[in-house]
Amino acid sequence: MNPSAHALRWTWLLMGLGVATVMLGTAAGSQGWQAWWLSAGDAVAQQIVFDIRLPRSLGAWLGGCLLGLAGAVAQGLFRNPLADPYLLGSASGASLGVGSYLSVFGGSAWTTTWWMGLGLTGSAFVGAVLAVLLTLLLARGVQQTLRLLLAGVVVGVVLGAVTSMMSLLQPQVLQAMQGFMLGSTAFVSWSACVTMALVLAVGLVLAWLFARVLDALTLGEATAQSLGMPLRWARMVLVGVISLATGAAVSHIGLVAFVGLAAPHLVRTLLRSTHAWHVCLSALMGGALLALADVMARVLFAPQELPVGVLTAVLGGAYLLWRVYRGSGGAR
Amino acid sequence: MRDALRGLVLLVCGLVLQAHALTVQGDGPQKVEIVQAPQRIVSLLPSLTETVCALGACQRLVGLDRYSNWPESLKALPRVGGGLDPNIESIVALKPDLVLAAGSTRGVERLEALGLKVLRLEPRTHADVQRVLRTVAQALFLPEADSERVWREIQAGVQAAVQSLSPQARQQKVYFEVSPTPYGASASSFIGETLTRMGVGNILSASLGPFPQVNPEFVVRAQPDVIMAGDSSRASMVQRPGWAALRAIQAQRMCVFQPGDADMLVRAGPRMAEGARLMAECLNRAAGASQGAGR
Repeated sequence: MNPSAHALRWTWLLMGLGVATVMLGTAAGSQGWQAWWLSAGDAVAQQIVFDIRLPRSLGAWLGGCLLGLAGAVAQGLFRNPLADPYLLGSASGASLGVGSYLSVFGGSAWTTTWWMGLGLTGSAFVGAVLAVLLTLLLARGVQQTLRLLLAGVVVGVVLGAVTSMMSLLQPQVLQAMQGFMLGSTAFVSWSACVTMALVLAVGLVLAWLFARVLDALTLGEATAQSLGMPLRWARMVLVGVISLATGAAVSHIGLVAFVGLAAPHLVRTLLRSTHAWHVCLSALMGGALLALADVMARVLFAPQELPVGVLTAVLGGAYLLWRVYRGSGGAR
Repeated sequence: MRDALRGLVLLVCGLVLQAHALTVQGDGPQKVEIVQAPQRIVSLLPSLTETVCALGACQRLVGLDRYSNWPESLKALPRVGGGLDPNIESIVALKPDLVLAAGSTRGVERLEALGLKVLRLEPRTHADVQRVLRTVAQALFLPEADSERVWREIQAGVQAAVQSLSPQARQQKVYFEVSPTPYGASASSFIGETLTRMGVGNILSASLGPFPQVNPEFVVRAQPDVIMAGDSSRASMVQRPGWAALRAIQAQRMCVFQPGDADMLVRAGPRMAEGARLMAECLNRAAGASQGAGR
């Protein structure tokens, strides 16, 4: 079988898994498993399925897709298997955005400025994108990968420190911040799903278009350059894809750990393919992973719901440890 | 003819309902319009739960957050998560006609988008307690006299606690620790307001913000006469560097509150009189101990 047919088969398979999990998600209720088709006549039951469970299950899948896509692009662009979507400082930027929003508007004080209309979601997104821009500024553009990586780390640490400082000065922010940092799909609405779907579509198309550059980059920067690849443009566009995808995901579902890191690795253990397929498959894998984790988070300890970020960290961490263990065993 | 009559009846009903509809201003940006007296209430904040019960409408509650633990009679009610992680689905499934939530509760927009009436209230100060009592009474279609009566009772309770203090007890300076990080309660916090009303000193001034993180050295320097703290601080307090030299610790002028009592102290709700009584007892005990030592 030729490689792309193989990849196509996996695409259908992962897509099927995603759809199945989202469907499963509509039956995972606050009291454990609840088959919705048994109470089809009840208006409240219908509202619960269509306006709560379906958007949040779909949102989990879309958010996972965005993180998987961003992770695969980041790993390809930085030629580093440890790269994850939060590499360029978007996570700490989003936290800072949420923190500043909460400390200005948190509690009983309220105002009706335009910033208020932005909401938690908007301020997280703005924070994430501004942090990436700051990273780009520090690295003086996208041309030097190492400098970009370093700038991302520095921005992450500095913004993280500012956020800690802020929550020290205003401890009432701390609790709400923690809720955001653990990640949750509980508040995803239909409009959030539409936003994430749009960003995902744009991101996938751009990543697909520039995937050949990622393929060439695996041979080294000099080789890619000599092959006549539009490196400069590709870097700019792909960094844009990473930051937009991550910002959209983080602002709607919070800081969900490990999906972006683990999804591309999982795909790599399944099959070797060109980057064009790799980014698509990673996105689908991320979606399936997060949708599955979301269903588990809801039913494992029902009616108590686990923050989905905690679950992905445990699952993803276990998976990575296992990979590292297997890898070191194989080298021996 | 019958249709016309039916139309007229509907119109009159509509007018009557219209007359009964009222708008309530919570802490949120929009006013909340309530058409009928709510009969199925979900409360997502312990102090709001307690406020509803103090107004005698306990039986209208159908769901609570997991931290609401007073009064005992509510134990059997379904729990719908906490302020940080309210379970949207459980709340909707309870079909509430009013949801009471804190300003900082997550997912309120989501609940509103799903067609629920959400009243946001977050009491933080003595004045807030009165305002929240009024607003909740209004939202529940209870006469204003009810909320005034409850508020007068609370005031009388606090006043009784203040008057129970001995003159020596009033001379003391207090450090109130909220959590072992350590965070303290300053004069601008709810607890601090009660202390101010008792006429006792607070080593943390209002300018530090309601719950400042405290440098342990600052407490040693300030030498409070009495230390009040929650149960979680008991173990770590004595081990902090220099704290063995604190006179309050040497003379055992410390009050460590059990979790249930601590809830009462930190919640800005209708049980503030009982909280004040606990603090007054602690202050009197401490003053007695220091007199005993001086003798």
